Amino acid sequence: MDLHGLQERALAELQACRDEAALHAWNGRYLGKSGELTLALKRIGELPPAERPAYGQKVNQIKQTLLAAAEQQERAIREAELTRSLTAEALDVTLPGRPVQRGRLHVATQVMRRIIAIFADLGFQVYRSREVEDDLTNFELLNMPPHHPARDMWDTFHTTTPGVLLRTHTSPGQIHVMRELCPEPIRVILPGMCYRYEQITTRSEIMFQQVEGLAIGTDITMTDLKGVIQAFAQRLFGEDRTVRIRSSYFPFTEPSIEVDMDCIVCGGKGCSLCKGTGWLEIMGAGMVHPVVLQHGGYDPTRYSGFAFGMGPQRITMLLYGLKDIRQFWANDLRFLEQF
Amino acid sequence: MKVPLRWLSDYVEIPIPAAKLVERLTLAGLEVAGVRLVGVPAPEGLVVRDDAPRPVWDRDKVLIAEVLEVKKHPDADRLLLVTVNYGKQPHQMVTGATNLKVGDKGQKVVVALSGAVLLDGYANPPVLKQLKPTKIRGILSDAMVCSARELGISDEHEGIIILENDAPVGMPLVDFMGDIVLDIDVLPNMARCLSLIGVAREVAALTGGTLKAPPTRSFAVSTEPFAEVAIEDPRLCPRYSATLIRNVAIGPSPGWMQRRLTLAGMRPINNVVDITNYVMLEWGQPLHAFDHDLLVQRASKGKPRIEVRPARAGEKLVTLDGQTRQLTPEHLVIADTRGPIALAGVMGGADTEVTASTRNVLLEAASFDFVSIRRTARAFDLPSEASLRFSRGVHPDLVSSAALRAAELFAQLAGGQVVGSVESYPAPLPPQVVTLPLSEIRRSLGIELPVVEVKRILHALEFTVEEAGSGSLRVTTPPHRLDIQHGVADLIEELVRIHGYDQLPATLLREQLPRQRTNWPLVLEERVRDILATCGLQEVMNYSLTTVEREAPLVGPGVEYVRLANPVTVERSVMRRSVLASVLESAASNLRHVQGLRLFEIGFVYLPRAGEKLPEEPRRLAIVMTGPRQPEFWDSPTKPPLLDFFDLKGVVEALLAELHVPSAEFRPAQATWLHPGRSAEVRITDDLIGCFGQLHPGLNEHFGLGRRDVLVAEFDLELLLAKVPRRHAIQPIPEFPPIRQDIAVVLDEAVPAARVEAEIRAGGGELLRDVKLFDVYRGPNLPEGKKSLAFALTFQALDRTLTDKDAAKVQQKIVGRLERLLGARLRA
Ligand SMILES: [Zn+2]
Repeated sequence: MDLHGLQERALAELQACRDEAALHAWNGRYLGKSGELTLALKRIGELPPAERPAYGQKVNQIKQTLLAAAEQQERAIREAELTRSLTAEALDVTLPGRPVQRGRLHVATQVMRRIIAIFADLGFQVYRSREVEDDLTNFELLNMPPHHPARDMWDTFHTTTPGVLLRTHTSPGQIHVMRELCPEPIRVILPGMCYRYEQITTRSEIMFQQVEGLAIGTDITMTDLKGVIQAFAQRLFGEDRTVRIRSSYFPFTEPSIEVDMDCIVCGGKGCSLCKGTGWLEIMGAGMVHPVVLQHGGYDPTRYSGFAFGMGPQRITMLLYGLKDIRQFWANDLRFLEQF
Repeated sequence: MKVPLRWLSDYVEIPIPAAKLVERLTLAGLEVAGVRLVGVPAPEGLVVRDDAPRPVWDRDKVLIAEVLEVKKHPDADRLLLVTVNYGKQPHQMVTGATNLKVGDKGQKVVVALSGAVLLDGYANPPVLKQLKPTKIRGILSDAMVCSARELGISDEHEGIIILENDAPVGMPLVDFMGDIVLDIDVLPNMARCLSLIGVAREVAALTGGTLKAPPTRSFAVSTEPFAEVAIEDPRLCPRYSATLIRNVAIGPSPGWMQRRLTLAGMRPINNVVDITNYVMLEWGQPLHAFDHDLLVQRASKGKPRIEVRPARAGEKLVTLDGQTRQLTPEHLVIADTRGPIALAGVMGGADTEVTASTRNVLLEAASFDFVSIRRTARAFDLPSEASLRFSRGVHPDLVSSAALRAAELFAQLAGGQVVGSVESYPAPLPPQVVTLPLSEIRRSLGIELPVVEVKRILHALEFTVEEAGSGSLRVTTPPHRLDIQHGVADLIEELVRIHGYDQLPATLLREQLPRQRTNWPLVLEERVRDILATCGLQEVMNYSLTTVEREAPLVGPGVEYVRLANPVTVERSVMRRSVLASVLESAASNLRHVQGLRLFEIGFVYLPRAGEKLPEEPRRLAIVMTGPRQPEFWDSPTKPPLLDFFDLKGVVEALLAELHVPSAEFRPAQATWLHPGRSAEVRITDDLIGCFGQLHPGLNEHFGLGRRDVLVAEFDLELLLAKVPRRHAIQPIPEFPPIRQDIAVVLDEAVPAARVEAEIRAGGGELLRDVKLFDVYRGPNLPEGKKSLAFALTFQALDRTLTDKDAAKVQQKIVGRLERLLGARLRA
């Protein structure tokens, strides 16, 4: 019996097996019930007893070798098959992904939230008040009696009810919040929609948001106002921003100031965004006028306060380099989806 | 206010470069909004934002010249040959100037030599062009005499510029009249700076300089009874003066005056008008000139009596612009015994106007109540340089300075003889005195300002300052200012303005943090926004202004609106009552370029209330969804499924669930604007929160939506948010495994699914953890009018593992209940 030849042949055939079926057949041929090796073992009885142990041992050795080799071959075949099938399943990974239905907040909401969050960190809380106002609260109590020249600064939408108008600024909220909280100290921001009688152009709108800030207490000064504004500008526009204060005029603050920030594009050298000046106007502000404090219930000889106001739409236009304010309420998805 | 620096420097030395001046003025509250260069190159550091190209007058090539000879061009009727002297040899050139004629000699003109860059006088819009020698009809011309337009001074191009006779021949034009004009935005509290002297005063204060006001001589008071002045109400007109100048020769004003007026933005007319305008720009005091002879005529050759009074009802006045004005007692007029002759402070009357034949001028200098002037200028829509100044307040003190100055100029420039003035000033304004405690400066500004600096600034602004003891100063306001109304705060503003805001440090609030309160309405509103965005909806924000017609189908007929008295456009004329109408507007405009969309808006509506002046302003939430359920994709079916009622309901349910609103109930909606069979109302504890469903197809056209199914929702956000619990219970994660069993029941079509689910829950008790409807079947296997609903029931106990037997027992109870109460039977 050429056991050695058998092993060599079996191993060679095993190497030729390329799939599970071939492997199965090979298995039957050599290791099955009537496989060659099984038959070889059965033939042990034909040998003289003295040779039997060695023969048996040899056959078993071959069997172990074949089993191990078969197992290895089987693994190899499986791996090859897996590789083959994976290759066959390959995708064109450059095809676009399945789109998710995405929703998002209006850019005005997004920017408003950023502003509110910054002031929240500084201890300013949100106070909102009505949009349809009376002349008294929108003008008179803010130190603008009827026919005051400063009223020219706000082109007003009047309603058909005499003395009722659309608020031209969020400042009437100052009166509301003072009257509600007096004599507590106040630190609030007043966000909301305002209206002006204007032609709608790329630069002016009939409706826009404002965020007004108001701090009232017994120890509040112009230097605090400067600090708060600077902190805000640095949080929203970048830590290396500097602000510049100009004297200005609002009837409800005294002194009144206008705040400029060094240009976010050119840093002050002059560019088209800042129209060559190096500065961007970001808000109006000032120390609350004694008359306004009084109208809010606070004694101006004991209390002082500051107020500031800014336009989130203008700020958004600066942040994103937008040129057309009409886009905010046009709600074109091609615009809104970019934020 | 346009301020030519050459003119300004008559009144104050400008010791700093133009760029620095611009910065100092801007920081001190006189914002320089624009700078215009007239012939000069841009000074270093100065930002010039000029839309029009401006030529720089070359020192060697743009010169003052004298006309030596004017001849006809031999080959062209309209052209002339002009020979000028500009300091070297005579130079001949061709010109088409209409204000030169053959034989002219001696005029001072501006000559530009070859190589000079000027504006092309004919190009529109103007462009810069270099002058090159050209042959014009056979004659070589290598220079030109220039018009104001070519020099970039004004749009005037009818003729060339004729300078005054004493203009120095050969001088570079840039040295003679090159200028920088600052355009200053004057805020209401700085109305005093609507004048050259006002601005000069600021410059003096900012640079430590001194104001050089023009000298004015007083005139001998005449005894000639040329007019009488009467003020009816000193509150409307505190001061009125009339000055008579005889034998005025009407003609053009001198070149320098015309130039200054032009650069300041006013058109030269004639010497009388120009002088009144010049003095107005100089002092800030508007003036008006009457033809005295016409007044005498109206007084039947007697002494004119000038009255300042409210117009009487029914009076009329033809103003200078030829318009007939119907007057009422609202309007302050200047009148004589025959009636109104001028709208006080706003516009003169045509009947007493100065004309080319005027000989004797009665010059009015007066101050008026700014409210009255504003009202009149507004009523007649007559904004003017005069009414602009009067309506912001002009100090009565200026009347005499301006009248004297103008009279002097009439004498100097129009050959007039000043006869004298008559005046009424019944109640002179007392000087304003303010006690300024130095401690107030620290309290407002947060810095200690040394008393020396306080005094320096106040003196520079012409305040009088005295020590008032106990750390206070007594400060007297100078007589040209009306803006120190609130005393201390006004003075502190002046101090910090001149001291410089850049000197202030930045501090953060020392004041204790006020009581902090959560703004729940805002917190919840923002939560709703986040939930809906997470559900894949895009937020929109629309105008609160709309039209009644647009909203009518949604809000019904006959409702009250907040209406604008002065809308900008009829499209935006009332305050909205429906947010849904707004979102439908956004949808319609976007559907022109997208297949589908999912939008929401949270905003206010404005509801007038009976007996209240101001409307209620509750918040609403509106949703609009339409189009394919899935975004378009390369393997999606060719006809993708469209969004339907249940997609919208899914969003509504998600919103309610995320808000933890308990027990919302859905019932068929009654709203006329919804599809009657595909809409639902939402009730929470019986309160109607809102409706949703398919927009009634009959309204698609109204909203411009075409023929698609549009899903809409509108909720009363105030009501909804009132139902949101401040806290809600959290269930533990069950430790024991659940058992799922499905049941299908057949019952009448009319039984709503929600009812079946409610009965299942009622029958299931606490072991029934969840119920999910997973199939609705109608079809041939079922009797007519029946449907089959299949539910997945999840049973679970918190304290043990349930057996199938436990579950079966509960299920039996459920089925029994459904059979008994709903006539259902278990489907095999
Ligand atoms: Zn810039």
